[in-house]
Amino acid sequence: MVKSKASRFADIVIAGTCLIIILVCLLPIVNVLARSLSSADSLIKGKVMLIPAGLNLEAYKTVLSDPKYTWSLVWTAILTVMCTCLSVFMTVICAYPLIYTELKGRKVFTALMISTMYFSAGTIPNYLLVKDIGLLNSPLVLMIPSCLSVFNVIILRSFLLGIPVSLRESSEIEGADPIDVLLRVYLPLSTPVMATLALFYAVGRWNGYSDALMYLKNRMFFPIQLLLFNILNNVTSVEVATQEGFSNPGLSETLKSATVMFAIVPILIVYPWLQRYFIAGATLGAVKE
Amino acid sequence: MLKRGGRVKGRTSAYLKRYWMLYALMLAPLIYFIIFKYIPMTYIQIAFKKFNITQSVWEMEWAKNNGFEYFIKAFSNRDFLYAVRNTVMLNVLDLAIGFPAPIFLAVLLNELAFKRFKKITQTIIYMPHFLSWVIISGLALQLFAPTTGLVNTALGKIGLGPIPFLNESVHWVITYIFIGVWQSAGWNTIIYLAAITGINPELYEAAAVDGVNRLQKIWHITIAGIKPTIVVLLVMNLGRILSSDFDRPYALGNNLVSNVSDVIATFVYTNGIRGSQFSLATAVGLFQSVICVIFLLASNAIAEKFGEHGIMS
Repeated sequence: MVKSKASRFADIVIAGTCLIIILVCLLPIVNVLARSLSSADSLIKGKVMLIPAGLNLEAYKTVLSDPKYTWSLVWTAILTVMCTCLSVFMTVICAYPLIYTELKGRKVFTALMISTMYFSAGTIPNYLLVKDIGLLNSPLVLMIPSCLSVFNVIILRSFLLGIPVSLRESSEIEGADPIDVLLRVYLPLSTPVMATLALFYAVGRWNGYSDALMYLKNRMFFPIQLLLFNILNNVTSVEVATQEGFSNPGLSETLKSATVMFAIVPILIVYPWLQRYFIAGATLGAVKE
Repeated sequence: MLKRGGRVKGRTSAYLKRYWMLYALMLAPLIYFIIFKYIPMTYIQIAFKKFNITQSVWEMEWAKNNGFEYFIKAFSNRDFLYAVRNTVMLNVLDLAIGFPAPIFLAVLLNELAFKRFKKITQTIIYMPHFLSWVIISGLALQLFAPTTGLVNTALGKIGLGPIPFLNESVHWVITYIFIGVWQSAGWNTIIYLAAITGINPELYEAAAVDGVNRLQKIWHITIAGIKPTIVVLLVMNLGRILSSDFDRPYALGNNLVSNVSDVIATFVYTNGIRGSQFSLATAVGLFQSVICVIFLLASNAIAEKFGEHGIMS
């Protein structure tokens, strides 16, 4: 189809708008990267915009030599892996029985589960429960109370319901019990959706800070986001910097930038690879029941 | 009688023999829901009782005014009234500015003629959705820093004074709303783009034959085609008008703007967990939960009228 001049012009305007939107998404991150790589002096003078001024790695060295910070990164990584495994396991054992339409009690269970999406007891009752069952200040509090998302259960159930029942029936005829069927028929067919759910859980855990803020006092178990929150709000400073007697406000600014970069980088590294799963998941969530 | 009883028993045991594994699988999630979702509901009584740390919830004394003491206290508490006002205000602004943004973006992406560029744009605009509010607050603090931040440095170069983006109430509210758009508008295009792919391509072809111009095509075919999705999402969002997120306002707020950044969720945290006023905070939380559930059910019912499953979309 031959395009008119006006239409060509409109195409360029649209592409230009998209380019501006891309820049708006990326520039804040480029700016913080530039700040983290700049010298404290040029930062304080307002010389840093998108390119580092007085290039140096001082901030990164300082952050990496702070055991509190490196431990927090390692701990959050361990925590994220453990939480993701637990959550995916729970989601599977919760969603799988619900696809047996003939199972008695299935409807009651589903109603019990769905109502928690509408009504939650609230922050304080949850806090007091955690306190009464002895999870307060325990690292387990970051794993157990949030280990199952009803929304993800529904996504998985819808997906499993889409797998033809005939596959299940044929292996049942061969004498397979429900767990065999799960392991041999359903799980091999649902790797993409499982990857999506795992990613949702993993990103949620890596990015979460409010449960740690409410339930934990022991700094040892602070996930990276809470540590970062405290650094940004000057509750905590990067230890080594204060120990060595830096009172340079410029350095503390570059340190903040470097700590932000450390929390962003893992997400940015996994993001391009996992993008297709994220999108698959978002549209799955929109699929009608 | 005996015989029939035996048969029933036989059928039950055959049923159990076949399905017991499924019940065994459901056991852990069931226990999870009971402990972490239903037992906390018994603690809601605290809203109507005098909190006492040494007693169990069931033993505590009832509060004054037939148990409604803490609700009366909440509504005569200036900070709580501010928190309600801010919750509604920020949600309404999010709806007014944050809701149309992804629709605009989705239409823009759909009109983009260069397919590869479209893919790249999508990849990049989805990304902010995966950054935590703490990280975003870190980005914002640096970007909008009064003297050294990128935005104020750039404004300074063209002779505009430093703008207190995060340190003054009105500026903070505007910044907060636009940061929300930055974080979620890209991601929220996904659902609209999916709806756009469902539009019959013959409509566009017919329009081209009729010599319809681009804006008319966007309005009469694209927007008209995704209108059901827009209506349902709008209704669903209206249902959340009194719900409040904790992570976003708590991460982005600061002491200088607490008169606009304190919402119900942060009020409950500061007064309840930090301030140990458990009865008051539980009462406030219950008030919010009840209003939210009413709004949600109403909006779901309306959304279903439009032929969509409410909470699913």
